[in-house]
Amino acid sequence: MSSTQENDPRVIREAGGLRGLVADYRRRLAQRDIGQLPVIIGLIAICTIFQLASKGVFLDSFNLVNLTLQMAAVGTISIGVVLILLLGEIDLTAGVVSGLCAAVMAVLNVKLGYSAPVALLLATLTGTAVGLFQGFWITWFGIPSFVVTLAGLIGWQGLLLYVLGPTGTVNLKDPVITGLAGKFFQGGLAYGLAALFIAYVAGGPLLAYRKRRAAGLTVPPLLFVAIRAALMSIIVVLAVMKLGSDRGISSSLVIFIGLVVVMDYLLRRTRFGRMIFAIGGNAEAARRAGIPVKTVRTIVFVLASTLAAWGGILSASRGLAVNQSAGQGAVLLNAIAAAVVGGTSLFGGRGSVWAALLGIIVIQSISNGMDLLSLQPSIKFMITGGVLLTAVTIDAVLRRGQQSSGR
Amino acid sequence: MASPYRVSAAPKAQPPLLELRGVSKRFGAVQALTDVAFDVYAKEVVALVGDNGAGKSTLVKLISGIYPADEGTFLWEGRPVTIRTPNDSAALGIATVYQDLALCDNLDVVANLYLGREQATPRGPLGIMDEVEMELRAVEVLRRLSVKIPNVRIPIASLSGGQRQSVAVARSVMGKNKLVFLDEPTAALGVAQTKEVLELVKRLREEGHGVVIISHNMADVFEVSDRICVMRLGRRVGTFDAGKVSREQLVGLMTGALADLPAAADPMAAATAAAALAESVNP
Repeated sequence: MSSTQENDPRVIREAGGLRGLVADYRRRLAQRDIGQLPVIIGLIAICTIFQLASKGVFLDSFNLVNLTLQMAAVGTISIGVVLILLLGEIDLTAGVVSGLCAAVMAVLNVKLGYSAPVALLLATLTGTAVGLFQGFWITWFGIPSFVVTLAGLIGWQGLLLYVLGPTGTVNLKDPVITGLAGKFFQGGLAYGLAALFIAYVAGGPLLAYRKRRAAGLTVPPLLFVAIRAALMSIIVVLAVMKLGSDRGISSSLVIFIGLVVVMDYLLRRTRFGRMIFAIGGNAEAARRAGIPVKTVRTIVFVLASTLAAWGGILSASRGLAVNQSAGQGAVLLNAIAAAVVGGTSLFGGRGSVWAALLGIIVIQSISNGMDLLSLQPSIKFMITGGVLLTAVTIDAVLRRGQQSSGR
Repeated sequence: MASPYRVSAAPKAQPPLLELRGVSKRFGAVQALTDVAFDVYAKEVVALVGDNGAGKSTLVKLISGIYPADEGTFLWEGRPVTIRTPNDSAALGIATVYQDLALCDNLDVVANLYLGREQATPRGPLGIMDEVEMELRAVEVLRRLSVKIPNVRIPIASLSGGQRQSVAVARSVMGKNKLVFLDEPTAALGVAQTKEVLELVKRLREEGHGVVIISHNMADVFEVSDRICVMRLGRRVGTFDAGKVSREQLVGLMTGALADLPAAADPMAAATAAAALAESVNP
């Protein structure tokens, strides 16, 4: 590991072809720069175990469509959690805010008779306002986000109960609202959406490769880029075929993935995204570089709460109701667990929005698989806890590894 | 010991990049700086030396706008200016590299070089960053300064101490900065890395920058500086041509043991006397 300088990646890449690819990958493994490898291995293991244990039901297309329906809501909340974690902060209100905003939407639409778009807009703005309030409180008074959002966890819970009033449960019937999660895309439309997604995840790196090459910059082996792009395209097409053999791609999944793509672009390609990583890496350095640290932090809390609002809306749309326990208990923990399992560091500055997608697939697969096996809640909690602990441990070990090789 | 790079000090044709006259700063009961004069020209390395508590850091913080001076005049390229905030200082073209470097370990070299001023279209925080353009320019700057980084796309965390210092220094000249303050740039470095950073300081001078280096290391000071400004107990003891003062004399001036050197004879007149001495040794 003392040979960082000799391990000049340009030298290795000149080897080219498959050999260069393998050498490059080995170098990255040695430096513990393994990215999303653990989560992908974990996912394969989980699928295998549940597929065998459930005698083939787990990977059945009916169950997979259910899985996509289950994961969209918490996944959306998890995107916001990733943004917060990148700053090195925490938001404990993600769950209750999702419940609160769903309640606002339900009460406005059902009890007060507002049209669906107005109810949706106001519910979204409720999330925005909560985020603004918390972000302002955290940055302006310099109080740790853990404490502010712990207070919020209790306070917004109270507001949720207040908004719902004595009725307790509000049932949703408006087709616009129930259609957010309850519509399915089949055939041409489904493949069209898949093509857009592939263009982003596979086409983006290929375009970047061409641009870098034209500018004379070092590039990874073309084979490596091409294999990655091909693999991702194949996985997406297979997924669409598989889901299409049942009900198809749910609208909530499309909304979730759409938000992942938008947020990924924001994080990786815009200056704003760079500011978030910089603050998470070294807030003092960011401040000295002229980055408006307080403003960026506040905006991230606004984004996270707004995404939580949408998670709550999707959850309500799927459940066709909002009740007093909306957004409680496991929602927050699963959202944080998904972000961390997906490879987002709790210490700030490392991670990506794809963590929310991969992580929620893992968390929801475990939950779904255990439901298929009719496990007791006691066992389910213990296993989920174990998975989270493993993921955080991998993160911590990874961090230590990077520091020791980081000289 | 004599500076082999340039014997004569500042070119007289131009006013100094930065000139301070009669600067004082008080913190409660502590008079941190008393009537300090200081100047630095373009294409020149000035070392700022002194024992702990001499006022070096305070002086640098006044210049970089961390806190305002109580009294005194600041001249930038001959024009009077006020520096009250870090932004004032940055707008003039003054950059400061502190000992903690202020780099983001999780970001790569290119991102750190461009931190806070990324190339993006459209401008503004939502602009899309032009990574290729930034990388090309970053490689160009590092090459010009002969900073050897194996790969500009690896995180700062994987670089050596000397490489990090070099990245921090390179960043300070990325913009239109004309004057760079380096706070103990070699304090934590090994022999080879120290050499690397000192070479970088010399290249900044060749490129026309003014460089002020704050250091405890006399060997480094004599290695790179054209002039040496000695401070003691909040006052400037004197500014000397690097070739015309010995290491022993410097240490004596810094500790106060050499109180009978002409420049430091009378503490009250120290600044004036030192200025006169500086004039006499810098024809």
